[in-house]
This record gives sequence, structure tokens and C-alpha cells, in this order.
Amino acid sequence: MSILLDGQSRIVIQGITGSEGSFHAREAIKMGSNVVAGVTPGKGGLKLDDIPVYDSVADAVKERNVNVTGIYTPAAFAPDAIFEAIEAGIGLIVCMTEGIPVMEMVRVKQALKGSGSWMIGPNCPGITTPGIGKVGFMPNFIHKSGHVGVVSRSGTLTYEVIWQLTSLGIGQSTSIGIGGDPIVGSGFVDILGLFEKDPLTEAVVMIGEIGGTAEEEAAEFIQSEVTKPVVSFIAGRTAPPGRRMGHAGAIISGGKGTAADKVRALEKAGVAVERNPAEIGNRVAEILRKKKKFTA
Amino acid sequence: MKVHEYQAKELLREYGIPVPRGRMAATAEEAREAAEELAGNVVIKAQIHSGGRGKGGGVKLASSPKEAYETAGRILGMQLVTHQTGPEGKKVRRVLVEEATQAAKEFYLGLLVDRSRGNECPVFIASEAGGMEIEQVAAASPEKIIRCAIHPVVGFSPFQARKLAVALGLDANQKKTFTDLARNLYRLFVEKDCTLIEINPLAVTLEGRLVALDAKMDFEDDSLYRHPEIKALRDENEEDPLEVLAKNASVNYIKLTGNVGCMVNGAGLAMTTMDLIKMAGGEPANFLDVGGGASAEQIERAFKILTSDPNVRCILVNIFGGILRCDRVSAGLIQAAKNIEMKLPMVVRLQGTNVEEGRKMLQESKLKFTVAEGLYEAAQKAVAMVV
Repeated sequence: MSILLDGQSRIVIQGITGSEGSFHAREAIKMGSNVVAGVTPGKGGLKLDDIPVYDSVADAVKERNVNVTGIYTPAAFAPDAIFEAIEAGIGLIVCMTEGIPVMEMVRVKQALKGSGSWMIGPNCPGITTPGIGKVGFMPNFIHKSGHVGVVSRSGTLTYEVIWQLTSLGIGQSTSIGIGGDPIVGSGFVDILGLFEKDPLTEAVVMIGEIGGTAEEEAAEFIQSEVTKPVVSFIAGRTAPPGRRMGHAGAIISGGKGTAADKVRALEKAGVAVERNPAEIGNRVAEILRKKKKFTA
Repeated sequence: MKVHEYQAKELLREYGIPVPRGRMAATAEEAREAAEELAGNVVIKAQIHSGGRGKGGGVKLASSPKEAYETAGRILGMQLVTHQTGPEGKKVRRVLVEEATQAAKEFYLGLLVDRSRGNECPVFIASEAGGMEIEQVAAASPEKIIRCAIHPVVGFSPFQARKLAVALGLDANQKKTFTDLARNLYRLFVEKDCTLIEINPLAVTLEGRLVALDAKMDFEDDSLYRHPEIKALRDENEEDPLEVLAKNASVNYIKLTGNVGCMVNGAGLAMTTMDLIKMAGGEPANFLDVGGGASAEQIERAFKILTSDPNVRCILVNIFGGILRCDRVSAGLIQAAKNIEMKLPMVVRLQGTNVEEGRKMLQESKLKFTVAEGLYEAAQKAVAMVV
């Protein structure tokens, strides 16, 4: 089982004729992802390998019945691509694009309200459900099908954690990178809620980092709504205040958003916060062992 | 991207927001001319991208053009130390010469984007307790902070300005000015893609006029492509020279104070690598994200930046290879190390696609690579080289 990306997913890639879009569409297909269409305005009628390209998302919905989109459009055009996907009624929008101005994301959040669309990203590695496929660019080999949900603000750090799990024989239900921007489509709380409801997810790994209050909000939510064990790691304990650490959202401002604050909030909510990033997989293994003993 | 106070005030002026008369001076002579032109008492303000300039001795009054000349002469060229500059301070290259304004009251007015869940929109922050740091006000007397969220589609409404004006205790005349001021400030915020505007203090003068006595602005880096006029305000002197070099080479680099340099792909993993160095008992010299793609050229550029920091005594390379294969990374590392004649010891930790080939290439290269497998092991090995 999984969340958001499953056997019913029919994927369109917006920006499929670009170098990023075409490369990652092909990689996703190698993993078994059900990519059935592409969209590039003005390039309707072309094909990428066997995948038909359309001028608009609406056309792809009409002709290929797509319900998931992966957006690789450059930052200047990405908000438009997102609005188009919302308007076309796409159920899951995954936007990989980095560098979308924050005020554009403020508008995107308004457009998402009351729509039937979920959005992941932007500035994210996407979503992978092992055995089903992926939208985004997480490396194919790191995943293994199983029962641990992974949600993270980061990219390569997420691969690192997924790989630790897989190397220990612990599979994942779904892995999601929610993105490193200050404002993202889905936050920790949204994804934790889905993992909590997913019958086959047994535990969740949440990788946070400095900046903003997403981890504090997650802690509150976990305390009241999540019954499954959550293991967490917070990156950036040594980050200096006032500096943007690569991700647009990773900044300690006005003394707020420090790793220490986040760790404190999560531990208070009963989350197992691991200090050593090399030990995250082992920590999950330990918790799963205890859980089994308890239920047996 | 930050700008200087004098640049921020020019933008405020452009948007019809009252600021004191004044102009920037890069020499004592220019400051004298400015004071002459302004007539009367002037205030000379050091222009650096840091707060706390007054306490550090970077803001002084002058009552004559001669005094303005002398004061500006003392401030220009000084290493101004404030609580935000670090102990080495920042060199003052310009001053702002302004007519001195006496304030009857001082307010705080700020505009930023709230990123918290469910509230993602621009928000005005106002306080009757102006002139001090808003974080301190928020901590000591949170009831003095007023927030006013702006619906991004509806925009700023006059009723919101009235609400803020009432909370600040403004009189009828000031309310009218304040409404225009707030509306124009919001227009500036949106049109120029600001991430932060702070007017602190927003003063009520002895004559009852509203005027922005200080201004701080931060612009969204990702929007600069559509604002060449804002991009032109960038002052590279205010940035670390290595960071400027890195920025121009599209390497994501932040200089820190330790001696273990690190090069990582991905921002989250780069932060984590810094944390690991600290955990192992060392101090990171930098944050460096070479990016997901990390070509051989990019790795070479990153190495050059790392090795230009004289504090660096060892380099830790941490790469999780996905689509970027580890053997390609190794080839890039070897080529770069040869091209720049790398002298520093290096610990390389590779994981991911084609990791075995990658490690083998490093070991056979006869260069000074120490190969590590585990994340923490890599940090420990690197730290062991500098202690």
C-alpha cells in the first residue's frame, strides 16, 4: 500500500520536451512508473519515445485520462504550469522546479484551497512508491517495498535515509520529499495525516531542517493525531543564524526556527529524535522490533 | 538580497513614502556638501548591511557642514563592529547624510511573508514600541505586537490600515497619511518581490508628521531575474569575497569559522555533514552544496573555493550518488585534485550508484584520498586529521 501514488496513477509530465523533463520521464518509466503523456505548450503532436505530447494539461486529461502530473518547467513558468494543472482537475501535482518566488507560492496556495488537487513541492525530489513508480528524481535503486513512510524537506539526505532503511531490509510504503522552500504545497502535517490513515504504513521517518515552523506544527499534530511511531532527524544544528543554507526555506530568522527548538518540540510529542544521521535506519529497526514484540 | 539603508529609502521615496531629506556620501567632502545643501543639523549614518550601527558608533549628529566633514571622515573607512557583524566588523564605505529629525513617538512597521501552515500570506507587523529590535519586543511584551494578514488575491484594504492606525494610537491627520503609507508599502513589497521590509522607527515628528527614519529591505533572490533595477543595488563589498566567487560560479557556499572544509551534493546533506563534523569534535569551515548534477568542472570550481579559505586544513567530500554516478564523481575529484595541485588531505565518502568503482578509482589514483564508507566514520576521519 501507499499514499498518493498508487496503481491507479496515470502520470503526465509537464515540460517533457526539456532536458530535465525528458531525462527524468525516461528514468521513471525504467522504474515502472505509468507515464502516459507529456505536455509542452506548442509541441502538441510530438512524441517522446512512445509518449504522446500535448499542448495543454486539459488535452492530456481528455486524451489520456491523466490524474497525476510531474512538473519540470523552469521557475519563471512553473506557477503557470501549476495553475493549469489545478484547473484541469489533476489530483496529484508534483513540482520539482527550484526557484519559484515565495509570493507566487502564496498565490498557488490560494488556488489549491478548495480545489481537488494535492500538491507536493516545489523544489523537491518528488514521490516514490516502491513497486508502483515515481514522480520526480529520487534514484531508482535505493527503494524497497515495505511499511515505513518517509517524509523529508531534503533531497540527497532523503536518499541517504531511504538507503539506510533498504540496506537494513526495511522497505518503504511511500517516500516523499516535500521540498526545501519556505512555502510548499503539502507540509509534514498533511503527509503525516495520510501515513496515519494508510493501513500498511507501520512507522514514519520525518527528516526536518532549520527554518520555519513546519516541524513544530508536525509535533503538535503528532501529539494529538498520530498513533504510529515517528522517528525524526533535524538537519542544521550547526547552521549560523540569518543565513540561507542552500534551501530557500532553511534559515534561522529572528532567533526562530533553530534545530534545538524543533528537537525539543518533537521530543515533547513523543517522537524519537535521532541525533546521529548515520543511525536513523538503526533507530527505525529498533522501534519496529519493539513494536513487533509488543503486538506479538 | 539585502540593500543599504540609503538605497531602501530611495525606493520608499519612489513609492511616495515620507523619508527625511538626505543623500549618500562616499567621501568626507561629499558629506560636507550634503550637509551644506540640507542646512541645519544632520545625522551621519554608516551604510553597512548590519543592524545595531548606532550602538557601534556608526551614527552621529553634526551641527555644521564642517562637523559633518569631520564626522564622516571618522566614520568612513572604520571597521564598524555591531552585534550582527562579528568581532572583525565591517568596513564602512559610504555614509548617509540626512536632515536630523526629532521624534515625538517611534513605531515599528514591518512587512513579510508568513510561512506557517494555513497562514501563507504577506503580513504587516506593527508595534507602538519602535526603535528597538522587534524580536525583543515580541519576547518581552508580545501584547505590543499587532499583526495584520493580507489576502494575496484581495490585496491590502484601507480598513486594515485604519485598524493598524488605531492600534498605534494615531490622530485623524496621521491616519490618512498612514493609510497611504501602508498601501504604498504593500505595493512596493509586491511589485519588487521583497521578502522583508522593516521601517524601524517609523517616527511621528514634533510637528506631527509621519516619517520613515530607518529602513531595511530584503529582496527575493529568485525574483531578481525580473528586477534588474534591484539586482543593480547589490553591493559585493558587503559579502564575503569567497561567497561572491562561489555565487558567480553557481556554487552554493557559506563560509564558517572552522577548519574542516566540506563539499557535499544537496543542501540537506551538506547541513548534516556540518553537524557530523561538529559531532565528531571538529568545526566545519563552510557549507557547500555542489548541486545535484555536480559535473567535473563544478567539482573543480568548488575545490578552488574551498582551498582559498586559509583556515581549511582538511577536506571532507560527501556524495550520495543517484543519477550522478559515483565513478563519475571520482573521475571529477581526481581531475580537479590534479588540476589545482591539491595539497590538503581529503576524506572522501561515496555512497550510491557505482560506489565500488568510484572508491577503487580513488584508491588507485595515488592522490591523497582517504576513503570512508560510513557517514559518521567519514566525519571522524576528517576531524582526526586536523586535531
